Formats: sequence, structure tokens, C-alpha cells
Amino acid sequence: MYKRQLQNFRELFTNNPQFWPAVEHNVVWFVVLILLPTPFGLFLAVQLDKRIRFSRVYQTAFFLPVVMSLAVIGFVWQLVYNPDTGLINSVIGANKPGHYIDWIGDPDLNLWAVLIAASWRHAGYMMILYLAGLKGVDPALREASSLDGANEWQTFKNVVFPTLRPTNTVVLVVTIIEALRAFDLVFVFNKGAQGTELLSILVTNNIIGESSRVGYGSAIAVVLLVISLAVIIPYLIATFRKERRA
Amino acid sequence: MSTVAGAPKQRTPIRPARILLHTFLIVTALAWLAPLLWALLAAMRPYAETSEKGYVSWPDKLTFDNFTNAFQQSDMLHYFGNTLLIAVPAVLLTLFLSSMVAFYVSRFDFRVILSLLLVFTAGNLLPQQVIITPLYRLYLLIDLPGITMSGKLYDSALGLVLIHVAFQSGFCAFVLSNYMRSLPHELTEAALVDGASVWRLYWQVVLPLCKPAMAALATLLSIWIYNDFFWAIVLISTGENMPITSALNNLSGQYFTDPNLVAAGALLTAIPTLIVYFVLQRQFVSGLTLGANKG
Repeated sequence: MYKRQLQNFRELFTNNPQFWPAVEHNVVWFVVLILLPTPFGLFLAVQLDKRIRFSRVYQTAFFLPVVMSLAVIGFVWQLVYNPDTGLINSVIGANKPGHYIDWIGDPDLNLWAVLIAASWRHAGYMMILYLAGLKGVDPALREASSLDGANEWQTFKNVVFPTLRPTNTVVLVVTIIEALRAFDLVFVFNKGAQGTELLSILVTNNIIGESSRVGYGSAIAVVLLVISLAVIIPYLIATFRKERRA
Repeated sequence: MSTVAGAPKQRTPIRPARILLHTFLIVTALAWLAPLLWALLAAMRPYAETSEKGYVSWPDKLTFDNFTNAFQQSDMLHYFGNTLLIAVPAVLLTLFLSSMVAFYVSRFDFRVILSLLLVFTAGNLLPQQVIITPLYRLYLLIDLPGITMSGKLYDSALGLVLIHVAFQSGFCAFVLSNYMRSLPHELTEAALVDGASVWRLYWQVVLPLCKPAMAALATLLSIWIYNDFFWAIVLISTGENMPITSALNNLSGQYFTDPNLVAAGALLTAIPTLIVYFVLQRQFVSGLTLGANKG
């Protein structure tokens, strides 16, 4: 009994051509989200926090993708990436036979194509989280800093950013979770075909896919669970410890 | 930037840095909206025209035909109905149950309950795929003859309502208990002294005070549940029973035969969330940051 169950794991780690690429893609997903849209969202938040006119209008524009479902986002971006009729290929003239750039079909390109769509949404989300965080920064701190002769960048680096620590923790956790949860976009794009395998997609394909292997799917789910808990549990313990002190 | 100069209330003089910032923000915001505007443009042009002239061309004719066609051919109304049937009970039930948990935790403060909340929240943060395998088996094993159309929890609206309630309650209980704890204790103490029962304390004293938080959570939950894609893909097998967001996948293969119709269908699906967002923007954003700020 035990042997048979462990067999699933052994096969997963050594014999599944999709497993390691999936792990790698989940990691890439996180790295891209934390390095590109997250700082960009912070940048937008800092700009929009400056009490400029039309701040709300800009916020609405950047936040719009966050409200829409990932499935809809997937369809909208397919219209952008379509090799024949899509925006990109039409503009750069790659929509003629022989010159096709297949953004979704090409295994070397499709992960990056999906990640652009994911980043598009993530930046707005991060912007809102940081805007809320920035509202909590004491204006007196900033004033003191500028009175001391610090310029805008110095004030941000030495005064504002350190006080954003709680927000940064939330942002980090949210981003990791988003990377582990990534599913809808890829499923809509190409059902996790070659190039865009993800752990979540592998689990699902083992349930509703053609090769229905429930035990095997469970083994992948356990791997996903362990990774997720390694992030969630320390975060929650820290949160609730703070709650108790409060 | 004439608008800036024209505003009498603006005290700061126009600085080059501000103009630069606005230019940057306008360009970025337009770039941000570009994919959506592109979809809108495709949806408003007849297929015949775009297939002849290509998609990057000056539109001769803009109509809403694609929208009406997509809506009618695929019977979208039916799928919107399915969504309503799932989302409304799920939101109400989640708020009801989680507010009770939150009330208990915040007013009677049991340490055990705190760890219970911890487990709830952990479950809430997990990727959905982690529990899907046992859940799928469980849904197939639970027989509900006469209660659901399929005779099982699988492939039923009830099944989706339950999983949404289970998945969202942790977060809501967490947010609400924080909110309730910030209410003055004297209020409930006074009511207790007056001889109010625990139920009255919850229903008539604490709950009405939680309206802002409840409104924020209700907005957030509605959009989350509306936007859910995964649960219905796995737990619903009959295409007819799917809520709109998940049905989109099938519909795009069956009815939306050209990119213009796909665009129209996708945008139609996004409309309810956009309406909720524009009308209840404040509630939505405060809901999203309620949990985050505290954490």
C-alpha cells in the first residue's frame, strides 16, 4: 500500500517530462511578478499619492484589469497575440504566411506572452496595495525629511520605503500565492500545452483531462500544498502574533 | 495642461515636473487600456470588413451587432442566470456565517478560536488545486437525489455555492473580527446589562454597526465569485450548468466563430464586474485593502 502510494511520487520526480518544467515555470512566474509589475505598481502608487489632479482617473485605468476575471483577460490578450489577426503581429507585419510569430503556440515564447498578461493585471493590484500603505505613512515624517534637505528619492528610500514594511510583507506573500495559484490565464490560452506547464495545470489535467489519473494528480497537489504551506504558515503565525499583541 | 492652469483652487504653480508626470501617466494609462480598447474595436467592427481590410485599418462602420449576436446566439442570458443563482446565495451565506464567527471571536475572545481562524485563513490562501482531487471525489460520492438536478453534489449549483462559502469564509471572518474588535466594548456591555440575549446582541447591536465592512466584503465577494473560473470547470460537467465566466471557454469554441464575436463575448462577460466596480469602487478597494492593512 505505502509502496504504491510512494510510487506516484517517485514517478513524478524522475519520470514525468512535465513536472520539472512546471516547477520551473511557477518559479519564473513569481520571479517575473516580483521584479517587474510589483516595483512598477509601487512606482505608480508613489506618483499617484502625490495629490495630483485626476489621480482617481489614472487609478481606475490601472486597476481595471484587476476587476476583470482572468478568463476574460485571457480572451482579450488572445486577440492581441493572435498570429493572423492579433494587434502585435498586425502592427509589426508578422501576420503573413511564412512570417508568423506564434505567440501562444511557440513553446519558447508562450510563457512570456502569458506573463505579460499576468503582469498587466498584477501591477494594478500592487498599486492599490501600496496606495493603501502610503496613506498610512505619517506626513510629518516626510516633512521632516524634506526640511532636512533630502530630495524626493532620498525621502522615499530612507523614510517612506522603510515604513512600508508591513505592506511589503503582504505584497510578497500575495505575489508568491499568485504565482502558485496561476491557472486561469494559461488554461484559457492553451490548456498548459508545451511551454506553459504549471503545477496547478498538471493537477487539473489529471482530473478532467484525457489521462485521468487521480492518485497521480494528488501527488502533484501534495507538492503544491507543501510549497504553499511553507509560505503561508510563517506569514500567518507572524500576523496572528501581532494580532494578539494588539 | 490647460486644465491645471485653469483651476483656481490649484495653489502650486505648474511645474515642468508635474507636466512630465501627467504626460507619463496619460501615456501609461492609455497603454494599459490598449488591450481592452483593441478588443472593443474588434467587437464593434463587422467580421466581413475586418477580414477584408485587416484588423489594423480605419473602421468604416461601427455597430453593436457583434454584441447582440454573441449575446443571443450563445444564450448568454442563461449563463448569467446560472451565475446569479450561485453568487447571491454564496455571498449571503458567507457573510452570515463569517459574521457569526467574527462576533464570537471578537466579543468573547477565545484563544482556541484564534487558532481556528488561523486554519481558516490558511485554507483561504491555498491554491484551489491543492484540494481539488479529494473534493472532486467527494462531490461524486455525495448523493442528493431530488435536491439537485444531477442527483449528486457534483455538477450542481449547490456544490459551487458550498465551495465558495467554504473558501471565502475564512478571509471574511478574519476581516470582520478585526472590524468588530474596533467597536467600543461599552456598547455591547450596555446591551448586556439591559438584558439583551446574545442573539440580539449580534443581530441588532453589532451587525448594524458592521455595515461598511459588510458592504465592502459583499462587493469583493460578488466580484470574486463572479470571476471564478476554476471551480466550475472542474466541479460542473454539463456545459449548460456553468456560470458565465467558465462557460466562456465552451462558448468561444461553439458560437463565437470569429475573433470579433470572441471579443464581444468576452467584453459582455466583463460588463457586470465593471458596473459593480464603477458604482462601488470605494467598497471594492477598501475591501481589498482591509485584510492587507491589518496583516
